[in-house]
Parts: sequence; structure tokens; C-alpha cells
Amino acid sequence: MKTTYIIAIAVIAIIIGSVAAYAYLSAPAAETISITASGATFPEPFLIETIKEYSDIKSNVQINYQGGGSGKGVTDLTNKVVDFACSDAPLSSSQRAAAPDVLHIPETIGAITVAYNIPGIETGLKLTGPIIADIFLGKITMWDDSAITTINPDLNLPHKEITVIHRSDGSGTTNWFTKYLSSVSDTWKTSVGANSTVQWPVGIGQSGNSGVAETVTSTEYAVGYIELAYTLAHNVPVAAIKNPAGNYIIPTLDATTAAAKALPSPLPSGSDSWEDIAILNTSGTDAYPIVTPTYMLVYKDLGVIPGMTIEKATAIVQYIWYVVHNGQQLGAELQYAALPSNLVQINEATLNSITFNGETVPTH
Amino acid sequence: MIKLTGDNIFKAIIAIIAASAAIILLLNTYVLVTGSANIFATSGFEFISGKNWDPGISSFGVLPYILGTLLTSGIALLVGVPLSLGIAIFIVEMAPKTVRVPFSYLVEMLAAVPSVIYGLWGLFVLRFWVLNYIEKPLNTYLGWIPIFSGTPTGLDILTAGLILAIMIIPTVASVSREVISAVPNSIREGAYGIGATKWEVIRHWVINYGRSGIFGAIILGLGRAIGETMAVTMVIGNATGPKAMPTSLFQPGQTLPSLIANGFFDSDTPLQSSAYIGAGLVLLLISLLINVAAHVMVTRVLKVKGGAVE
Repeated sequence: MKTTYIIAIAVIAIIIGSVAAYAYLSAPAAETISITASGATFPEPFLIETIKEYSDIKSNVQINYQGGGSGKGVTDLTNKVVDFACSDAPLSSSQRAAAPDVLHIPETIGAITVAYNIPGIETGLKLTGPIIADIFLGKITMWDDSAITTINPDLNLPHKEITVIHRSDGSGTTNWFTKYLSSVSDTWKTSVGANSTVQWPVGIGQSGNSGVAETVTSTEYAVGYIELAYTLAHNVPVAAIKNPAGNYIIPTLDATTAAAKALPSPLPSGSDSWEDIAILNTSGTDAYPIVTPTYMLVYKDLGVIPGMTIEKATAIVQYIWYVVHNGQQLGAELQYAALPSNLVQINEATLNSITFNGETVPTH
Repeated sequence: MIKLTGDNIFKAIIAIIAASAAIILLLNTYVLVTGSANIFATSGFEFISGKNWDPGISSFGVLPYILGTLLTSGIALLVGVPLSLGIAIFIVEMAPKTVRVPFSYLVEMLAAVPSVIYGLWGLFVLRFWVLNYIEKPLNTYLGWIPIFSGTPTGLDILTAGLILAIMIIPTVASVSREVISAVPNSIREGAYGIGATKWEVIRHWVINYGRSGIFGAIILGLGRAIGETMAVTMVIGNATGPKAMPTSLFQPGQTLPSLIANGFFDSDTPLQSSAYIGAGLVLLLISLLINVAAHVMVTRVLKVKGGAVE
């Protein structure tokens, strides 16, 4: 019988000990607010920078941004498994129907570059929209195709086959890039079209902006489309692209900002559809032609997300408020253009409209 | 009334645990069948025979990925099985005792490497070996043969097949090693006794005696190759639609698992989600078919055909 007593005492001691340990460990954790988000990789470098800076301001708020692509962000938000999501592509009407009352908050503006890897040519390649479309259609297959050599008389382009690299996952970058190609090439528009995933006529698919950047850098005679911040991180050359004013523009922060000035007006409000808002082929003389806003997506009433509290809702809204205000300056170093003032005003109105179970949430 | 004795409770618990394997398979199948009902109702047999994967026109077909899966797994077996058998034979029949144990551990440790590591290694190292030492020479001199045509990039069906070959080695080699060491010594002694050389003993007696076991090992390896996702996705080039129909070893392709991994989370419409789940169902059916065929092969064909076994 003795052993039974010992076992009983041991079991009781373990139970009491674990409860005490649990209470002890979980008490300080209660103050930390942890926020989860997923989605676009396009703004990820910028978001990570804002998250880092924001943790200095509000040390008890932990934000975990998981990337995964715009498509994943939208799916996760629709399934309410993340607190907010990011997507380069605004929600389509069917996505809006599946996730009603989701607000669009444009958080930054970036450029999509056409990056290349031609040994011996580190800079100076010029391309036009129709040429890019023909390369991605598989119509132009050689770097020394006369269409390319005519506009690049100073470059000694090799007689080598072009290897196209594209995204394999659902991607807002793909969505905007194919929208751009559709706008400059009727053949592209009718045979491939614009979407976050398309049936690429040629090329190799890799996952994420990093995956494409890495593969372009490691594959000779490759070409691919990458968000501007990633081309800096991977130090890969990018082509200057002809804009509607007839100038060849190298994608830079200034060229992106110049394009962002040409946003259409009036702009929709946060609860409207943003589907038709594009900054492609704007008319400025210095504007880069493939520029796109990227969005944070948030439920209008945060109470719909399981486990949401007023503290957490406040933290989410205040973080986003920070991103669209003081956070904007962090974008410049990564070559993301700051939001123009009219977009900031729209975002302020949107953030002020967010509620938690009907209650208004303080924005700052 | 069954008495609640310790033995009976134990029996019941073990029975439940054993049943869970069957239940999990059934639940899996149930989810895949109900999830893919939409796509099969919409496209019917087109879903199996079609080549499009285009959300824009709601047209989905998995034929290119079925072929991609079978082709990469086939390359994996073609390259991986002889290597694995060589390793197994070396360990059992030839290696000195001091080498045998550490070498066996080493081979088994290959199985412990996570597949994403194989993928990274494939992307940064193996890809360029394959490109420079296999693909470019073959393409230059034998490019007129369709399977060696195209522009080699190293991110293609061949590289995917080769990385799978490496990944199945630990499975096939360690199971074959067990099978070969289970061959009774009397068989070897008898063979040597009638004057057979080492090669003849291994070729005619050892392999022949263990062939159903070795065949089982190969099927285990094939199972791993068919289902592998991460490493394949990283090196296969992820083509979709008609471009993914394999015509050359040096072109980007796609397998069923990599198709699902790349796109499932980005489905825009219920039909598209359903198509990905349908691809999962096709993958499960292929695996089950191969397992059933292997079982029949082992129990009927290999046993009935006599030879040195009896």
C-alpha cells in the first residue's frame, strides 16, 4: 500500500506544481498583445521594418507577419485565421462577397521591375512594354532579337536564348504585372490575360519575390519581374522601361513617387471596391510605368475574428495608423514611395470607421 | 457480458489504436471525395484528360501533372534503386565489420535530412552540376533526340527526378539491407560450395532469394518519390497548363504535390479549390493503385515463379 500513497502524493504534487507554474508563466504574458497577419510578399520588407520600429514604440505589441503571397492573405482573412492581411491586388467582387465588410487600406506604393541576368551587361538595358510582353509570350526568344537590339544600340547583346522566370504561387505582383502586359499587348490580353495566377506560355516558376530574384541572379540569360525592394536586396540589374511620355525610366524611388502623383481622383473610400485603381502607364515624363499600391485588408468590425479583444483591436488599428503616418518614412530606404496626402486622408477616415463589436476603436 | 479485466481493457485500447490507421485513411478519402465533387461534376473526365489549369476560364485538368509525377518518380527509381542496392550489398556482403555499422548509420541519416534541405541543396548545388555536366553536354551532342531537346536551365524534370533519387536511397537501401541480411547463410555456403563467384552468389542466390522483399523496398521508395513536395517544388520549374506536358527532360514541369503546394492557398473560386482537392484525390488513387499492384506482385508473381528460392 505504501507505494500507492507515494504515487498519489506525487500525482497531487505534480498537478499543483503545473497549475502554479502555468499561473506564474501566463501572468506576465497576459500583457503582451500578439497580432498575426499574412499575405503579400511585395510590401514585406517595408512591413518588417515598420514592425521592428513599432515594437520600440509599443513594446507589448508583437506583430507576426507571415507573408505567403497575396492569395494566401485573402484566404486567411476570409477564413478569419489572421487579424489582418495584405494583398497587392484589391479584392475582386467575388472575394468581397466571400469576405463582406473588409476595408482596403493602401499602405505603400511600390514598383515592379523587369530584372535580368546577362553576363557582361550589368546596367543599361532598355525595354518597352510590347517587347516585354513578347518575351513573356515566347515570341522573342533571343537576347539579340532585332526588336531589342534596335533600342539598345550601345549594348553588345549575345545570341543566347532568354530564360523567363515567373511566380509559381498566387501573387499580387503577378496580378499587376499581367495587367500591365495586357495594357500594352492585345495578344497578351486575349491569350493569357491578367490574374494573380495565369498560364504562362513560357518559363520557370518560382515561389515568392525572393524566389524569382534568387533564380534570376543564378540563371544566366534570365529575365523576371520582381518588386523593386527585392532587386536591391539581391543586387540584380533592372531594365529601364519606356513610359507613355516616350522616356526610358529606370525604376527608382523618385520614378515611383512621380507615378504615384498621378493617382486617379476621386478615390474610393475604404469600404468601396478598389478594383479599378491602377497606377500603370501614368503620363508624367519621369514616371515609371509599372507602379502599384498595395493594401492592408481589415474587417470593418474586428469583433468577427475569434479571440479578438478591445485591447487587441486597438493595437491593430493603432499599428496601421502608425504605418500610414510616421511609418511611411521607413519606406524610402527600401524604395517604396510614401502615400500621397489624399490617400492618407482616406486611410484616416477608414481607420476611424473600424469598430469592435460596435464600439469605436481609438486610432491613436 | 465481457468482464472489465485489465487484459480486456488493454485489448480494447490496442484495437482502437489499430483502427485509427484505417479511420484516418477513410476520413482522408472522404474529405478528398466530397471536396472534389464540384470539379468532377463540372468537368467530368475532362479533369483527368485536360491540360489547362486556367482560373480565368475555369478550366482545370491534371494530365500534365500525372505524367510529371510518374516521370520524376520513374527517374528516381531508375537512378536510385541501383545505387541503393549497391549500398545494401556492400554493407551486408562486402564491408568489413568496422565499416558496416557506421556506414549503415550514415545511410539512415540521409533519411533524417528534412526535404526542404534537399530542396535548397538541389537549388543551389545539384542544379548546376546537372546543368553543366549532364544537361549541357547531352543537349549539345544529342539535342536532336526529343527528350534531350530544349534549352537546359537545371530547373526541370531531370533535376527533380535526380533529387528524388537521392531522397529514396535511405529508404530503399536500409530495407534492402535488412532483406539481404535475412538471407540464410546456408544459401551462400551452398552456392560457394558449388564453385560460384561472389558476383554469381549475389546475383543468382542472394538477390533472387530476397527479391520480394527488395521489391517491397522499391515500392516504399516509390511512395516517397510520388508524394515528395517541397524539394520537387524548389527545382522542377513549376510550369502550369499545356506547357507542363512533359516532352523533354530539360523542360520545367510540375507534379501533383507541387501543383497543390504552389496554388491551393491562392484559389480564387470554389471551383478552383475543388480542382486542387481533386488533384489530391488523383494523387491518393495513384498511390493506392501502386500499393495494391505491388501487393499483388509480391504475393502472386514473385512467389509463384520459382528459381533459387525454393
